[in-house]
Amino acid sequence: MDLSVINPVLFVAGFLVAATPLIFAALGELVVERSGVLNLGVEGMMIIGAICGFATAVETGSPILGFFAAAVGGAVLSLLFAFLTQITLANQVASGLALTLFGLGFSALLGQRYVGVKPPRLAEVNFGPLHDIPVLGPVLFSHDIILYLGLVLVAAVWAGLKFTRAGLVLRAVGENHDAAHALGYKVVRIRTLAIMFGGACAGLGGAYISLIRVPQWTEGMTAGVGWIALALVVFASWKPWRLLLGAYLFGGITQLQLNLQGAGVAIPVEYLAMSPYVITILVLVVLSADKNAAPASLGRTFHASS
Amino acid sequence: MKLSTLLTSAALALGVAGGAYADAHEKTKVGFVFVGPVGDGGWTYEHNQGRLAVEKEFGDAVETVFVESVAEGPDSERVMTQMALDGADLIFTTSFGYMDPTINIAAKFPDVKFEHATGYKRADNVSTYSARFYEGRAIQGHIAGKMTKSNIIGYIGSFPIPEVIRGINSAYIHAKKVNPDVEFKIVWAYTWFDPAKEADAAKVLIEQGADVILQHTDSTAPQAAAQEAGNVITFGQASDMAQYAPSPRVSSIIDNWAPYYIARTKAVMDGTWESKDTWDGIGAGMVSIGEISDAVPADVKEEALALKASIADGSYHPFTGPLKKQDGSDFLAEGETADDGTLAGMNFYVEGIKGDIPK
Repeated sequence: MDLSVINPVLFVAGFLVAATPLIFAALGELVVERSGVLNLGVEGMMIIGAICGFATAVETGSPILGFFAAAVGGAVLSLLFAFLTQITLANQVASGLALTLFGLGFSALLGQRYVGVKPPRLAEVNFGPLHDIPVLGPVLFSHDIILYLGLVLVAAVWAGLKFTRAGLVLRAVGENHDAAHALGYKVVRIRTLAIMFGGACAGLGGAYISLIRVPQWTEGMTAGVGWIALALVVFASWKPWRLLLGAYLFGGITQLQLNLQGAGVAIPVEYLAMSPYVITILVLVVLSADKNAAPASLGRTFHASS
Repeated sequence: MKLSTLLTSAALALGVAGGAYADAHEKTKVGFVFVGPVGDGGWTYEHNQGRLAVEKEFGDAVETVFVESVAEGPDSERVMTQMALDGADLIFTTSFGYMDPTINIAAKFPDVKFEHATGYKRADNVSTYSARFYEGRAIQGHIAGKMTKSNIIGYIGSFPIPEVIRGINSAYIHAKKVNPDVEFKIVWAYTWFDPAKEADAAKVLIEQGADVILQHTDSTAPQAAAQEAGNVITFGQASDMAQYAPSPRVSSIIDNWAPYYIARTKAVMDGTWESKDTWDGIGAGMVSIGEISDAVPADVKEEALALKASIADGSYHPFTGPLKKQDGSDFLAEGETADDGTLAGMNFYVEGIKGDIPK
């Protein structure tokens, strides 16, 4: 065993990158669920975002345009879900699963021309002298703009839900859609907007995998991150900061166990491999032992006549 | 009791209906169960190429069906059952983890022929087939040992099964032969296909000093990570992965299933199919070595090609003694070669590899 081969700076920088797709996808789903809708299509919207972002970045040469297209792609796909569940009042669980299946298949079709293509690189944000600070510089100030956008978004969602009128209305719709409706709020419209926000976030998360973390396009490349994001929302009891903590725990331990394996640490690999799941769940369950925070209307169909 | 009777009779009725249907049409129906998507650019991609070759060879006389991204374990039984009920005459299950499900389902459908890739359990209607990938690993190990400057070679393993361990041993023996200082860092990803995780594993190994990455997972993600890092070489796994040539990908192991799939489909058509075990390598053409790119020095390339030729004509076996096991006990005496039984069940590292195999 030789722990000195693990470079802590590269390790931390690595797990910030690994956690980012999860942060985006889970944060979007958090907003959707706080509005009372359960969208199981996160995986499908992520993979659509991954290919839309990848294709656009390759064709235009601009990764930023790629991320923009990824958000649009995810949001457009989520509109399909919004139509099914909000207009035709279809079952949310079934519609979400259908969205995932559709997204996986459709992205494979869209992506056929892009297998093996190298995407343009998104440059690091230039922080000037900050980048040269030892340790802190490479860890905190040597990333791409999207990673920081993820952090800003967590803060914005937290503040938005807690302090703004729009956030209050969104939570009201999620807790009791009949009461919100009686007060004159447009439940369907608010939920549709929340679903689109969730779709855009999932799309960004997907594109972060295909444009930065891997970077390449491969069919089915999200490989279950969307499902982990869904679980994370529940274990974080629908709270943005806990979600961030959970994503970092999960990303961090995933990276750590790979690092420990490479360094030949004498912990059985099976335990290392399952540690990200076990530890993340444990920590978040302990944190959320105080109360059950699920939005009361989560997953229930709303119609103005009921 | 009542429910199960009902289900059984329903299944029987379906089976009878399926059987009648099978008699009425003359097409031979061939099913494929894939562990990843057909566009993975690696393992499943090559199996699908084999499927397409069957379609091309027999045209209207066959119909092929496939289900991709099927999880190993119980879920695969459902997929196989459905294929059998839909009238498949021959089903290829193309991942190690389908071994027990294949045996279970084959027992329920004695008239359907099954072919399980890389496993070791057979039955009257179950054959097994695999390729001697370790022959290709020997050539990779030779090139890796010659080309590494840091003397650290990173190896991304999928699951600790004999096939993967054999590959690690074969690569290590031949790297060590040409470079006594070489060290292997092995990371188990516990997945066949997860591009993000495979890329992370590659990055971690590179950060820890590896300048050669060998992978035994299915996607091209480690290639992309190596390209990003620069100054790292890789090898295509299962498929050529030529889109990453000439560097980082300097060569590859390509699985060529088409001749086998065509032969076995033909055997079902002719009624000559019988259960057997097939394990072919470079000589028989089931394993081919992708073009060695110009990033490899000419003399190393020549040696690698000579090694390939000697394996192909049978004059050299990659597991030739003297070799010891990791614990120092004797494995093969001077000049002795490993028999197929030992290779098929290989569950130990050879001497010099650090770390334990997960149990």
